[in-house]
Amino acid sequence: MSLLLDCLSWLLILTGGTFCLLGGIGLLRMPDFYTRTHAASLPDTLGVMGILGGLILQGVNGGHWMSVIKLSLIIVFILFTGPIATHALTRTALSHGHAPVLHENRLPEQQPVKKDSKAGRKRGRKK
Amino acid sequence: MSWTSLIDHAIGHYNYWVCVVLMMLGFYIVIASGNLIKKIIGLNLFQTAVIMFYISMGKIDGGTAPILVDPEKVSGPVVYTNPLPSVLMLTAIVVGVATSALGLALVVRIKEAYGSIEEDEILAADRASDAKEQAQYAASAAQAAKTEAAQQGHA
Amino acid sequence: MITMVTLIDLVLFTLLGITAIAMLRIRDLFAVVMLSGIYSLVSAVIFTDLDAVDVAFTEASVGAGISTILMLGTLALTSTKEKTPRRQSWGALLIVLVTGAALMYGTVDMPAFGDAASPINSPVTDRYITASGEETGVPNIVTSVLASYRGYDTMGETTVIFTAAIAVLILLGSARTTDAPVTPRPATTRSLELRPILRAGAKLLIGPILLFAFYVQFHGDFGPGGGFQAGVIFAAGVILYALIFDMDRARALFRPAVTRPLIALGVLIYAGTGIATLFFGGNFLGYSAFNPHHPAHGQELGIFLVELGVGITVSNVMMTLFFTFCGRRRP
Repeated sequence: MSLLLDCLSWLLILTGGTFCLLGGIGLLRMPDFYTRTHAASLPDTLGVMGILGGLILQGVNGGHWMSVIKLSLIIVFILFTGPIATHALTRTALSHGHAPVLHENRLPEQQPVKKDSKAGRKRGRKK
Repeated sequence: MSWTSLIDHAIGHYNYWVCVVLMMLGFYIVIASGNLIKKIIGLNLFQTAVIMFYISMGKIDGGTAPILVDPEKVSGPVVYTNPLPSVLMLTAIVVGVATSALGLALVVRIKEAYGSIEEDEILAADRASDAKEQAQYAASAAQAAKTEAAQQGHA
Repeated sequence: MITMVTLIDLVLFTLLGITAIAMLRIRDLFAVVMLSGIYSLVSAVIFTDLDAVDVAFTEASVGAGISTILMLGTLALTSTKEKTPRRQSWGALLIVLVTGAALMYGTVDMPAFGDAASPINSPVTDRYITASGEETGVPNIVTSVLASYRGYDTMGETTVIFTAAIAVLILLGSARTTDAPVTPRPATTRSLELRPILRAGAKLLIGPILLFAFYVQFHGDFGPGGGFQAGVIFAAGVILYALIFDMDRARALFRPAVTRPLIALGVLIYAGTGIATLFFGGNFLGYSAFNPHHPAHGQELGIFLVELGVGITVSNVMMTLFFTFCGRRRP
């Protein structure tokens, strides 16, 4: 039983770690603000949940029930705060006229009205 | 000195070296940057480097947080990390934010008085107003001397 | 030998260094302030790794929370761009390099990281670790040393915070801050009102944050926590309310007429505890005098009162700082 719990816990932790890594790579590689925020929200939810879930299983395994309760509470809070923060961020960007880089925006004859510098550079490289 | 002992030395002192680097980065920002807010951020960097240095020194290998555990629940002796640096640095952090708030308040007042938070612009404004005052003073002194001479001539 | 803790430590310290270098090079002050928030969060993780949980707690709430908000408030009142310097300051670089080299030379003779035999682990520390449990009845050694053994220090530091708040109020708390609410509200506030998700989320969170502050305050004897952390967390809850909902409404709840006297009250509770021990026939801040038959019970009472004083002062100072900075109109 304890070996099973241990294996399961490590599986969760590794999955969470992978999601965190993917989020970090996405943050660097994605072309514009919105897709980057999307990538950054991945470790916020799945990554942290995986790691904390694994730690909870470790707690169950060792019988640290107080830690299990506290970790579960942290998961609940992160489930609320992460997506809300991402939502607030993107919505503020949109309401301040920050245009996303869409596929049709990339065509040379249809220049977007407002574009950020990063997206511009990317387009220049594509041509 | 063999390679392994050299590497051991490097790993054992890495924390302290990073602390020195951080402290010097903060120091450089404080003296080289002309922006007052950046200077305060540099000061904070300097402060956290000191805090990090203290806490690094207090850590003991294999130790645990300095919260007493029930001796019946654990087997064998428990090694506690040194609590003293924690106590000193905990208060230092809160005092640090209060004092940097004071610095920021001064920056806000400087901005209201001079319209700038760049050091050289503030100094230039100061020099300009000094020169203006001196010119006024010289003019009024010359005026006074002239009237005095006139009065003496009258007498 | 590299242990897991050392490995994590090496990686985190490298991250910290990279963040600091980025802070030096970036000229956009807004980005620098955000980076300093990240820097604080990484430091908090390092403190946890180095077993200084109380410090980690404080750094996470103060450095990443309050400090960042105060910086942003200042940026809103001043400007967010740093001017490019006209010349490289070689003199400054030289001074920094020489000082750095001297400090590096000083570290060579230091005992290695994690060495139990290093001189910092003196007999004084041993006494704190072995005797504090029986003498004060408080399991968290940091709390007992902070509030009892080194109570003088902490009183001085509480007074410094009090003084800093007074000084900020003298500088910024003039009529321009507190008078009649601005009639046309700024666009950002109005756009925030149209955000149901943000507001609903904040509503769910503010209650638990305030509750958590009280937990940290009163659980500080047994786990990481205490007056400093609790005060900052409480203030953070109030600041969240003010940012998401309405500055004026938050200020109506926590009126300056109430919070400002409370700053002084906290310091008074602290010093008053000391005076009370004098009347009980003990030394100043010698809490054992509260209960001559059970010195440990007296210590517990004293530590409780002192931490309460610290909590009241810190929370009200942080709220006052926030309202003073963010309530001031741009000139």
